Amino acid sequence: MCGIVGLFLKDPKLEPRLGRLLADMLATMCERGPDSAGFAVYGNEADGRVKLTLRLPAGASPAPVLDAIAEASGQPVESAARDTHLVVSVPEVRETAVRAMLATMRDRVAIVGAGRRMEIFKEVGRPDDVAVRFGLAGMTGTHGIGHTRMATESAVTTNGAHPFTTGPDQCLVHNGSLSNHNALRRELIRSGLRFETENDSEVAAGYLTSKLREGRTLREALNASLDDLDGFFTFVVGTDTGFAVLRDPIACKPAVMAETDDWVAFGTEYRALVDLPGIDTARVWEPEPATVYVWERT
Amino acid sequence: MPTVDLATAPVRELNAALHSLQPSTNETVWRVQNPRGQHAIAVGLDAPVTVEIDGSVGYYCAGMNKQATVVVNGSAGQGLAENMMSGRVHVKGDASSAAGATACGGLLVIDGNASARCGISLRGLDIVVKGSVGHMTGFMAQAGNIVVLGDAGDALGDSIYEARLFVRGTVKSLGTDCIEKELREEHRMLLRSLLDAAGLPDVDAAGFRRYGSGRKLYNFHIDNIGAY
Repeated sequence: MCGIVGLFLKDPKLEPRLGRLLADMLATMCERGPDSAGFAVYGNEADGRVKLTLRLPAGASPAPVLDAIAEASGQPVESAARDTHLVVSVPEVRETAVRAMLATMRDRVAIVGAGRRMEIFKEVGRPDDVAVRFGLAGMTGTHGIGHTRMATESAVTTNGAHPFTTGPDQCLVHNGSLSNHNALRRELIRSGLRFETENDSEVAAGYLTSKLREGRTLREALNASLDDLDGFFTFVVGTDTGFAVLRDPIACKPAVMAETDDWVAFGTEYRALVDLPGIDTARVWEPEPATVYVWERT
Repeated sequence: MPTVDLATAPVRELNAALHSLQPSTNETVWRVQNPRGQHAIAVGLDAPVTVEIDGSVGYYCAGMNKQATVVVNGSAGQGLAENMMSGRVHVKGDASSAAGATACGGLLVIDGNASARCGISLRGLDIVVKGSVGHMTGFMAQAGNIVVLGDAGDALGDSIYEARLFVRGTVKSLGTDCIEKELREEHRMLLRSLLDAAGLPDVDAAGFRRYGSGRKLYNFHIDNIGAY
């Protein structure tokens, strides 16, 4: 089943409220995906720095990890701890060194995602609880994507929760199931991509990353996926500047969109959108099958 | 007039109140506020009453309806009026997929667009869509009529039995064993009565094209194996 929510703000005045709005949307989709949840928020960036979202074992002190990162990056590290996750900001030029160091701590520290703007959080548990644990309601940013999961194709684990990220500032959430993901995963691994799970949705994310690496636009990458991905899907995709939606040609996975002058929103059900400011006068529609919708920040 | 505010009352309370109505009830007009996309609103009614819903509804609104008139001043989610038996359902906005699925009788009017699989497995309901319909509309429809003033998406009437499809706009593609048929006087008269019932006296019945079953797939035949 699964539930998806997404919000892309056009009016900067709403940016302080992004997390609050997204948290309320996510909570309405609990029934569609009660086993785990996750979200990505595109917030502030700092010149020459990259944010790594890390996951530590529950209850583990972040201090030793932060010390090791500071040493690898050659300067004190800026960080924010949120439940099991830790967002650290490191100089871009030291990212490779920090990652090499983190690889030595692989048994204790997982890299959930990376990007100049994207922070990504996911855990097993009821979606409204997960949102509270990470403090989603207090987050700010330009756009965000969330997912509530009812697993069908792989285990209920933190790594199996969405969003999936396979490239910098790129993330994808998926409602549906892919049937050719194993063959595609092998091809993508041969072309240099790495996967953390056996999950079909991670393959879709990896596919888009591979197309973006080739220099395709987000729209082109999604259009290509219509030829190469077999199965049922509604995707919502985030990049540092973009927000995109695609449904498969059969379109049996539900999807509703709404747009005003101030925002664009996606919900698996209309219920997820009813608290957005101005929803009563918004343009509300169901995205067409096999049609790519993209919004870009200019 | 009874008014139920779904911002405070649960949907089950509303439906239970509507289910308990006797045919002789004097509470013949109900107003429902703040539906906020909730599912299964005004489902399973069986009394000659009118329920007017102010706002957009979620899945299965007015499902299994008998006798009642349900008006939605908004849009409707999946499975609108599914398995409806009689009465009238009128949605002022759009309807999501599978509107009127398996429904046996009555009239469903959608002022906006209906998305995929409108009238899937239809068994006698009449559907009038003032906008356009999505792909696989009328899939395996057995009886009843679907009238579309706008356009139809891919695979219209796929594997259709004896339901009649009337489309005024373009048809993106016809489904398996669905063919265009002549619009004869009897069909114009039928269309006229459906358009009048839907409150469209000014729409010309002659402006439609009729589609229906090619009757090649009724029974399994080895020569048709490629079409199954």
